[in-house]
Amino acid sequence: MTDESHVYGEYCQRDQTIHPPSFAPGYKTSVLRSPRNSLISLQNSLSEITAPVFSRDEFGPLDNDLILNYAHGGLPVGERIVVHGYVRDEFRRPVRNALVEVWQANAGGRYRHRNDTYIAPVDPNFGGCGRVLTDGDGHYVYRTIKPGPYPWRNSVNDWRPAHIHYSISGNGWAQRLITQMYFEGDPLIPQCPILRTVPSEAAVRQLIAVLDRNNAIQLDSLAYRFDIVLRGARATWFESRAQGEPSMQRE
Amino acid sequence: MVNALDYLKESASQTAGPYVHIGLAPNQAGFDIFEKNFTNAVAPPGVAGERITIEGRVIDGSGTPVRDVLIELWQANAAGRYNHPADRQDKPLDPAFRGFGRACSDFKTGIWTFETIKPGSVAGRAGKPMAPHVNLWIVSRGINIGLSTRMYFSDETEANAADPVLNLIEWEVRRKTLIGERETRGNAVVYRFDVHLQGPQETVFFDI
Repeated sequence: MTDESHVYGEYCQRDQTIHPPSFAPGYKTSVLRSPRNSLISLQNSLSEITAPVFSRDEFGPLDNDLILNYAHGGLPVGERIVVHGYVRDEFRRPVRNALVEVWQANAGGRYRHRNDTYIAPVDPNFGGCGRVLTDGDGHYVYRTIKPGPYPWRNSVNDWRPAHIHYSISGNGWAQRLITQMYFEGDPLIPQCPILRTVPSEAAVRQLIAVLDRNNAIQLDSLAYRFDIVLRGARATWFESRAQGEPSMQRE
Repeated sequence: MVNALDYLKESASQTAGPYVHIGLAPNQAGFDIFEKNFTNAVAPPGVAGERITIEGRVIDGSGTPVRDVLIELWQANAAGRYNHPADRQDKPLDPAFRGFGRACSDFKTGIWTFETIKPGSVAGRAGKPMAPHVNLWIVSRGINIGLSTRMYFSDETEANAADPVLNLIEWEVRRKTLIGERETRGNAVVYRFDVHLQGPQETVFFDI
């Protein structure tokens, strides 16, 4: 079997028990924004196993450097960090050419967004967004400032742990995922209503980056390692590879 | 002992939060950082196919438009082929057409739009043709896992009636939630498509 057929197969059914339920009343905004009917389950067609393909020439040299990509005559305030990891599928295969996009608050916990009115100041040298394509091993890396925690209106004393938002576009539309990365040792993690929407301890742990001193840049930046798992492309038979043959599927 | 499966578990989804726009479409959020951006202009000039606008809102369970939503669109070209190596249908590819776009809702009105071309019919499972459709993926604050849906076209009555995915939906009344209504405004063709997150008109969402 060629490597290509591994990458472009039909995807494993999503294990919905890993993910937060749509309706999670502890996170109040979900109440009016959660569908109440069951999802209609589809077997994959070309609409789900294909997805946009991105190329390296679409991205600038500073797109994965949040320390410099919005610097206007100075450097952003805060703790300099490198974040890196592997994007793999459920079968441990690297997801190559996956688009990893990140966005975050600055060191004071403030986003550069018109709807963010938190008292902490905007940093004139920090934009808070970046993006990178995974390489042939499924590896990605970017550098940034460690984001600060911030309060938000859910209950009046709810605080988000420090986190970086992640969007991952894999090789198939069915792999599309948005999640958040947290930092090892943050005492706000167990109290976070948004993280509490995740049903299991194991799934929460998978969202916490670990300090990676081996990859720290000496006398410059600490490093964190954060691996991501997307749905697996099945290595078993898929009808698109056997056009013209009778379908094995019963409908 | 039986064999052990050493498969990994998918990373858990988390809400995109209120500031998703700066991450995925900073230029649409009014903030200039990247040279090249993903936008709601899906089809550059010169791409074959009927030019259309898709316009809609996402509406919450109280009937209020969601004003901080981000929507992604993925579609085939006018010949009905996706620009991706897994699509090996014997149909022409248009290298200038990726078929991907991102739209933010207007922060005041909740209206979002895509400027694109109408896709052709793509072969579905077992070779059964699917009616022309675009795939949509919806994220926002309060949505814990991105919502997948499809928009079909109101002027494709016959193809829609035979579509294998629409026909999977047991309740015929719910199939209508996936049909964009064709309108003409001057010379422009607009498909109106409101997504209802809850309520009697709740849109069909798929576990893909």
